[in-house]
Amino acid sequence: MKGSTLVILVVGLAVLFWQVARARAYQFGGSGKFGSLPAQHGWFAALWVLLPSLAFLAAWQINAPGMVTDAVLRDPAAAALPPTGLTRASLLAEARALANGTATGAFHGLARDLARRYATVQVRFNWIATAATLGLALSAGFAALAKVHSGFRARSQVERLVTLLLLGASLVAILTTAGILASLFWESGRFFSLVSPGQFLLGTHWSPQSIDPAAPGDSLGSLPLFWGTFFIGAGIAMAVAVPLGLLSAIYLSQYAASTTRRVLKPALEVLAGVPTVVYGYFAALTVAPAVRHLGMALGYADASGESALAAGLVMGIMIVPFISSVSDDSLAAVPSAMREASLALGATPAETVRHVLLPAALPGIAGGIMLAVSRAIGETMIVVMAASGVATLTANPFASTSTVTRQIVDLLTGEQTFDSPKTLAAFALGLALFGVTLCLNLAALGLVRRYRERYD
Amino acid sequence: MTVKMSARHVSAYYGDLRALDDVSIDIDTQHVTALIGPSGCGKSTLLRLLNRMNDAVPGARVEGSIELDGQDIHARDMDVVELRARVGMVFQKPNPFPKSIYDNVAYGPRIHGLARGRGELDAVVETSLRRAGLWDEVKDRLDDRGTALSGGQQQRLCIARALAVDPEVILMDEPCSALDPIATARIEELIGALRGRYAIAIVTHNMQQAARVSQRTAFFYAGRLVEYGDTSDIFTNPRATSTKDYITGRYG
Ligand SMILES: Nc1ncnc2c1ncn2[C@@H]1O[C@H](COP(=O)(O)OP(=O)(O)OP(=O)(O)O)[C@@H](O)[C@H]1O
Ligand SMILES: [Mg+2]
Repeated sequence: MKGSTLVILVVGLAVLFWQVARARAYQFGGSGKFGSLPAQHGWFAALWVLLPSLAFLAAWQINAPGMVTDAVLRDPAAAALPPTGLTRASLLAEARALANGTATGAFHGLARDLARRYATVQVRFNWIATAATLGLALSAGFAALAKVHSGFRARSQVERLVTLLLLGASLVAILTTAGILASLFWESGRFFSLVSPGQFLLGTHWSPQSIDPAAPGDSLGSLPLFWGTFFIGAGIAMAVAVPLGLLSAIYLSQYAASTTRRVLKPALEVLAGVPTVVYGYFAALTVAPAVRHLGMALGYADASGESALAAGLVMGIMIVPFISSVSDDSLAAVPSAMREASLALGATPAETVRHVLLPAALPGIAGGIMLAVSRAIGETMIVVMAASGVATLTANPFASTSTVTRQIVDLLTGEQTFDSPKTLAAFALGLALFGVTLCLNLAALGLVRRYRERYD
Repeated sequence: MTVKMSARHVSAYYGDLRALDDVSIDIDTQHVTALIGPSGCGKSTLLRLLNRMNDAVPGARVEGSIELDGQDIHARDMDVVELRARVGMVFQKPNPFPKSIYDNVAYGPRIHGLARGRGELDAVVETSLRRAGLWDEVKDRLDDRGTALSGGQQQRLCIARALAVDPEVILMDEPCSALDPIATARIEELIGALRGRYAIAIVTHNMQQAARVSQRTAFFYAGRLVEYGDTSDIFTNPRATSTKDYITGRYG
């Protein structure tokens, strides 16, 4: 039976047990005045039918392909397979496709033999899965039904199961993060066994296209990339986003008439909804040429069509709504009594903003800016489209500059083997970038929390 | 007798709610005016109208005329910033800035450029704190945060902050609600000392206090000015039964 059919069947069983348990509970009239309602007995039984069997099924679906392959490999015909490498993997894939009917003709005789073996093993495993799932569902269901009697606290039992369910849901996110981190660390570890961390982090020469196999670290110095990343994301982009975002927040929250605010605020939010890829081609096709011309006119002979300035400007515009909304929230969190106190002393709105509101809101705003920086340096699409593929260590905003994210994309696209220093470098870059953004986020959270405490 | 501020036929609205209904009242420098009346009758609203603090409240409207030194405060050529500097206010709830005690008091003088040099500013801060009866308690900790003071100390800090601007009118909204009897006595003394120089209006729920500090009393009930006259008359010989009921503590 297919997985989806099984799920439907289990859900059907759950509904059935829900009905039966509820009907039973009706017969003895619930559990006292404040005890469980009949429907809660129903939920208790239904959850018992659902949770164990579906958990089993999920685990099975993850592990089954591996177990099937193991079983196939125990077949004598499998001995003829080459021990490792691509041919072996493609033969197995072909056999699997034949068995599933997704491929029609076979190229290799060996694949055809293995396909038969695959088919029988899969049928057997399928039966095991079906029987085990349904068996689990039924036995758990009957066990639950047996508990349904007048003294049983189905209500608190359901509560416990729901708690488990919620815990499970939050664990999924945490475990996924942990998994991503683990793979990042693992691949980076392999990279750092080839290139020393010092060389990687402090080296000033980055040219993965021409790696000397004897000394890969010589052309994998990531300093120019991190420089470019901060130059674009924390320098140019913030120089645009912080003033624009902060000033528009001040205007919107302190000066604008409510009608103006009703028009301008949604307009800013639209800006936040523009897909980054649209910003990307705006940067590459419109802003970059203009910036190049400007650079030429200013006498920079090396003004590039892939300049840091173009990418940074557009990234800044992209961040404006974020800064503005964080600043708006922080300003709004300052008690209005502060504002009134200042105004009542004869301060103008501008003086009130400068001397009272901004100092009070500053930690929150600073935290928001840090989050924005962390977002800007992780931003990929704009720099892939508008920044350069060549990493140079320069402070000239008109010169071509590359970033970490842009290089990760370059390293992983195209024909690559997955264990060369070149591709592994992508993971090391990812890990370093993650480290930076993690620190930024933690610092920002700390700031924001300190700031909240002050008014609580 | 010079009338400093006068309100004529003033009504105030918050959206559809009428908080004040056709109120006419004068505030002058010779007399301290006490505003009394049950909670929600519009006392704070009247004070907020006098220095246009309600301008910034969404949905708030005002009808009638209010004059400061014979000049309409809602006139086009009236600068609201200057108006508020001339008409100081102490709010019902203490609202010190999250700055040092010194900076709280120095705030007004600084933005208006009232003191030349640090020495002069120090002097203004000290006098203001002394007049508010807070100096002895804070003179060794002027750099502590104003928000770290006790509620009653914060209230006096706010009074000192308002005095430091040297306004012409001082509006106090229950300035002693968070104070102990000693601090209250000091504020009452201060009000007595300020009379004659400043026009003072004070909202209070304490009848003895109204009788002690004021020469004029206005009794409000449900947004209307029910009775307004010499304090001694109102407390000894109230004309309206609602005034009598209120000051004898029958309700409110
Ligand atoms: N910002 C506001 N928005 C809407 N209604 C308000 C606002 N401020 C006051 N009101 C209403 O106006 C009326 C008068 O309020 P006000 O604060 O002037 O009363 P009060 O006499 O000062 O009372 P208390 O002695 O409790 O301070 C009340 O009904 C109140 O609910
Ligand atoms: Mg009030």
